[in-house]
Amino acid sequence: MIEIDEDLCKGCKICTDFCPKEVFETSDKINKKGYYPPIPVREDECIGCRFCELLCPEFAIAVVNE
Amino acid sequence: MMAKKKKAYRLKHYLREELLPTTFCQGCGCGTVLNTYAQAIEELQINPKDIVSVTGIGCSSWIPSPYFKADTLHTTHGRAIAFATGVKIMKPEANVVVIAGDGDLAGIGGNHLIHAARRNVGLAVFLINNMIYGMTGGQVSPMTPLGDKTTTTPYGNPEYPFNIAEFVAAAGANYVARWTTYHVFPLMESIQKAMTKDGFSFVEILTQCPVSYGRRVGMRTGEEFLKYFKENTINSLKAKDMTPEEIGDKIIVGKIVERNRKEFTTILREMNEERRK
Ligand SMILES: Cc1ncc(C[n+]2csc(CCOP(=O)(O)OP(=O)(O)O)c2C)c(N)n1
Ligand code: SF4
Ligand code: SF4
Repeated sequence: MIEIDEDLCKGCKICTDFCPKEVFETSDKINKKGYYPPIPVREDECIGCRFCELLCPEFAIAVVNE
Repeated sequence: MMAKKKKAYRLKHYLREELLPTTFCQGCGCGTVLNTYAQAIEELQINPKDIVSVTGIGCSSWIPSPYFKADTLHTTHGRAIAFATGVKIMKPEANVVVIAGDGDLAGIGGNHLIHAARRNVGLAVFLINNMIYGMTGGQVSPMTPLGDKTTTTPYGNPEYPFNIAEFVAAAGANYVARWTTYHVFPLMESIQKAMTKDGFSFVEILTQCPVSYGRRVGMRTGEEFLKYFKENTINSLKAKDMTPEEIGDKIIVGKIVERNRKEFTTILREMNEERRK
């Protein structure tokens, strides 16, 4: 499962671009700071590699292995 | 039905959470280094209470201070290693970590760096090489590539940059490696190695500054830098069988040196004990 703390996100799109399974798309709603956070629209495809979690410069993502 | 409880980032207890989101620019790599550092510490099961973070001045100096929650010395520009050496002498059991920028550690603090490597002081030093003076708006640094436009080299940088990792290795450090913010998994292992290895450990981390550097060299986003790091690096294991022509402009990542010279403060203590007999 992917959890996103939307209000921490700065909308850099690094997660969206570097997820090997292209799990994320950018939301069309802005967060508290005025950035567009990602949405894990293809969460089912996630392989739990945690690349997005480590790359995110704002600690906004958690990949939770169930 | 009960609403799903949000957990998000698992390692917030390592950070001064009340200060998030960070003051780093959008897409800056400093946050990625902090993230990777926190994960490295979590895996190693190091108690942050045993860490003393020492830093200088610059955007990257904000990685340990204020964001990482440990005892912290935020010192003057360039002097982190001098302060850290003092800490290590008085508190040899502490895990003394220096995280600072290329301007700080290789520019104004360059002599502290090479002499601490020569003495093999037991520190883990992480040099955040964003190839620029980020915080002050993008002046040339000793790590800016030849030819690059910066605010102080508007016609291009006429100087060659340091190969700082090779330099520190030649000066005598016990462990030296270079990674980038794209290579987060091997970087994490390298941070762990640096923090557990005796003697002077040094990891140069190529980190993107899309704002003060990138926008003047045609890379305006974090993603562009990460793609660049991905496509323009060669592992040191592979590079050792290649000619300089084959390597060309590619950046060598991976382990540069590993040796087992005795650590400075250990030698110092042993000599003192001998003298007092
Ligand atoms: C003695 C002294 N000289 C100059 C400065 C101004 N100054 C502040 S940050 C900085 C450069 C920081 O560059 P770097 O260490 O590469 O860190 P970055 O901001 O790029 O992460 C300078 C020159 C200062 N604070 N103190
Ligand atoms: S990497 Fe982090 S800060 Fe960047 S868009 Fe994704 S969630 Fe937001
Ligand atoms: S100026 Fe550069 S190094 Fe400083 S926070 Fe912005 S992107 Fe990061």
